[in-house]
Amino acid sequence: MSNIESQTIAFVRDTMIPEQAPPLTEAGAIKWLRENLFSGWFNSTLTLLSLAIIWWSLAAIGPWLVNTVWNAGSLSECRRILDGTGGACFAVINDRWHQLLFGFYPSHLYWRPVLALVLLFVALAPILFTGLPRKLLVFSALYPFIGYHLLWGGSIWLPISALLGFVAGGIAFILVRKVNGLAAVFAAVLAPVFWWLFLAGPFDSAMSSVLPLGLDFVRSDRFGGFLISLVIGVTGISLSLPLGILLALGRQSDMVFVKSVCVIFIEFIRGVPLITLLFTASLLLNYFLPPGTSFDLILRVIIMVTLFAAAYMAEVIRGGLAALPKGQYEAADALGLDYWKAQRLIIMPQALKISIPGIVNTFIGLFKDTTLVVFIGLLDPIGLSNAIRASTDWQGIYWELFIFIGALFFIFCFGISRYSMYLERKLKTDHK
Amino acid sequence: MSTSTDQRYTKVEHKKSFQLSMLLYDQRYRSITIQVFFLFMLMLGAAWLIDNTVNNLRALGKDFSFAFLNNPAGYDINQRPVEYNSQMTHGRAALVGFLNTMILAVMACVLATVLGVVAGVLRLSNNWIVGRLMTVYVEVFRNIPTLLWILIFGAIMTEAMPAPSAFRGDTPAASMIFNESVAITNRGVYIPAIMFARDLGSLQVGPVAPSISWLLVIVIIAAGIWANKLLIAHATRVQNATGVRPKTWWKSILILFGPIILFFIALGAHLDYPELRGFNFAGGTHLRNSLIAMWLGLGIYTGAFIAEIVRAGILAINKGQTEAAYALGLQPGKTMRLVILPQALRVIIPPLISNYLNITKNTSLGLAVGYMDLRSTLGGITINQTGRELEGMMLMMLIYLAISLTISGVLNVYNSRVKLKER
Repeated sequence: MSNIESQTIAFVRDTMIPEQAPPLTEAGAIKWLRENLFSGWFNSTLTLLSLAIIWWSLAAIGPWLVNTVWNAGSLSECRRILDGTGGACFAVINDRWHQLLFGFYPSHLYWRPVLALVLLFVALAPILFTGLPRKLLVFSALYPFIGYHLLWGGSIWLPISALLGFVAGGIAFILVRKVNGLAAVFAAVLAPVFWWLFLAGPFDSAMSSVLPLGLDFVRSDRFGGFLISLVIGVTGISLSLPLGILLALGRQSDMVFVKSVCVIFIEFIRGVPLITLLFTASLLLNYFLPPGTSFDLILRVIIMVTLFAAAYMAEVIRGGLAALPKGQYEAADALGLDYWKAQRLIIMPQALKISIPGIVNTFIGLFKDTTLVVFIGLLDPIGLSNAIRASTDWQGIYWELFIFIGALFFIFCFGISRYSMYLERKLKTDHK
Repeated sequence: MSTSTDQRYTKVEHKKSFQLSMLLYDQRYRSITIQVFFLFMLMLGAAWLIDNTVNNLRALGKDFSFAFLNNPAGYDINQRPVEYNSQMTHGRAALVGFLNTMILAVMACVLATVLGVVAGVLRLSNNWIVGRLMTVYVEVFRNIPTLLWILIFGAIMTEAMPAPSAFRGDTPAASMIFNESVAITNRGVYIPAIMFARDLGSLQVGPVAPSISWLLVIVIIAAGIWANKLLIAHATRVQNATGVRPKTWWKSILILFGPIILFFIALGAHLDYPELRGFNFAGGTHLRNSLIAMWLGLGIYTGAFIAEIVRAGILAINKGQTEAAYALGLQPGKTMRLVILPQALRVIIPPLISNYLNITKNTSLGLAVGYMDLRSTLGGITINQTGRELEGMMLMMLIYLAISLTISGVLNVYNSRVKLKER
């Protein structure tokens, strides 16, 4: 060994060899292409197939989408402008967008639904983003009444007297709570019912005669388009969550009777299609109510949609409750919390967090399901697209209307699902 | 949360006699108070509803009976899986509608599963463009209402497809595809039908008359699958005893396909191709536009949901499982089959079945394109003609409920079988 060492020349490199550029196939776009698109014969086939699909759909739809007409009074005029070339006639949207959005809502009152929508976002903001001041929640609580008044109008005393029912419930709860907690809950349920049944009507008429305030009344059959989808969807969503929580708790309850009623309700609603429930609302409700009563179709639909979504919500939340470790319940018991405190402070915050994806999916599903009201004669966007097609001007126009309606639904639903992803990331507390 | 332990505790501690106030304050009795109150309110509500219904029915001069099901229906149904004409009863029409619902549901479930599995797996692939394409598919279809998709596919079928007359002439504007065997027209899709030269007739089972030949086909296929299962079980036993697994693949193929091919040859099975005759196509099987629109609409829409379920199921399996399988020396294919899939299926199957349930319920949208399902027959025309809303709706809801409960019952059995056994 020393022999060899003595014959070698000591060599120490004192300068760095200049960096060589990587081989052409291992750098930049070519590397990326090789790794991501052409890593093997199977992947290459898939890539070529996808490119073919994309090319084919672009070739089929692209020219049609590019060659558009935005200003025309009818389909025949559109075709004359297009002059034999294939092209989209978005003039129908230009002509009828107000119908697709508002239905037959009086056009000089469009500011009211728009304002209601803007205020809806204001009311939602403190619920959706926790960074905002908590005092804004008061406005969120008042919003249902403001929103109702803006959309339907009529005497301002009607929503106020409805609101007073909740106030009566709150007061009854606080008064009776000093005596007994359980009795306070009963009182809080009974007081508003009593108010609405017997006192709200006289109060409304008395105040209206003394101080007639309010906006122009708009009948429900003037509602249509996305306005109706949003009214049904938003109301259904906001009512179904609390109802769903109650149903889920009822299903988990130790009380045999309460539990079985909840199970039967949930399984029945989940077992039948929504459309049969909507038909029940439109056809059968007259049988179940006292002779001579009839109330608003939109209201009936909202009730049915809420019950429907609540059953699904209950199952989603039950999943969240089941996913909680038993130790959380035992810890709450060990701290001496009573049932509702344990639910409110320990169980529900965690269970709801776990079930966010499911809850949001139910919301999106509910919003999409509002299109089914077309079957009972309400003019939602799809119903209106049929109505527009029935007019002589726009007979035979399909794709432009479908694209417009689909795009609006897509924006809403996609937006909600993105928000839920944000929420999941924000509420994530583990260290993954 | 009152557990049994603290109940025993209070019993031992103080044996007070019962007082009325305990109904509100004592945990042992409080739940009874709540339930009695709840029951009372519920009974009150139910009594009110029933009383109203009875009064309303009397005011309208109607009774409550299902006798209308035996009256002649008087309307036609364009898609008839069993024999039906307008002289037959409303009950028969409801049966036809029910069968149409089930046919559509099964077809859409198959399409949704195939699309969903393919899209879900491809969305996880390393191939950038395929992954993006599948993402677009999933997001576009998930976020637009299924009713709109059904209408879009309906419009594509009726508006964008050639009329049968376009197939005529020396240089036709449209031509049949797949070697002159499938015609896609604006009146529906015509595909070849399998016919038997020596048919075995049909069997009368209650209200329906299924073809004996097709029943035998089902029996033979089921028997083949069962025999194949026995064969594989035997191979596993041999492997456990000797360590060498006997080759089974050619036996499997023989058992699965041999008898059915022989049966088809014995009955003289042949294809009946659709042909242009007069103004329309004749022969073959006619799939109506309504069926195609519903099938594509429901199948492709639900496929997007199933894709997400499959993706989530595969992602849910810990990477350690794959690594452990490799450490044991399993090949990638076997790793997938023996380690990953059995665990992923436990996550995938329950939501998958609930999506099948959704498809079945969504078949009730058939009305939008004129598909004559249970809702359009019993819940639509029958109700309109007889004025029996209450009975008709109740019956229809019960049928849907029975379908749903059956499917979720299957799901529950499956769940309890594959549940992780926790100690």
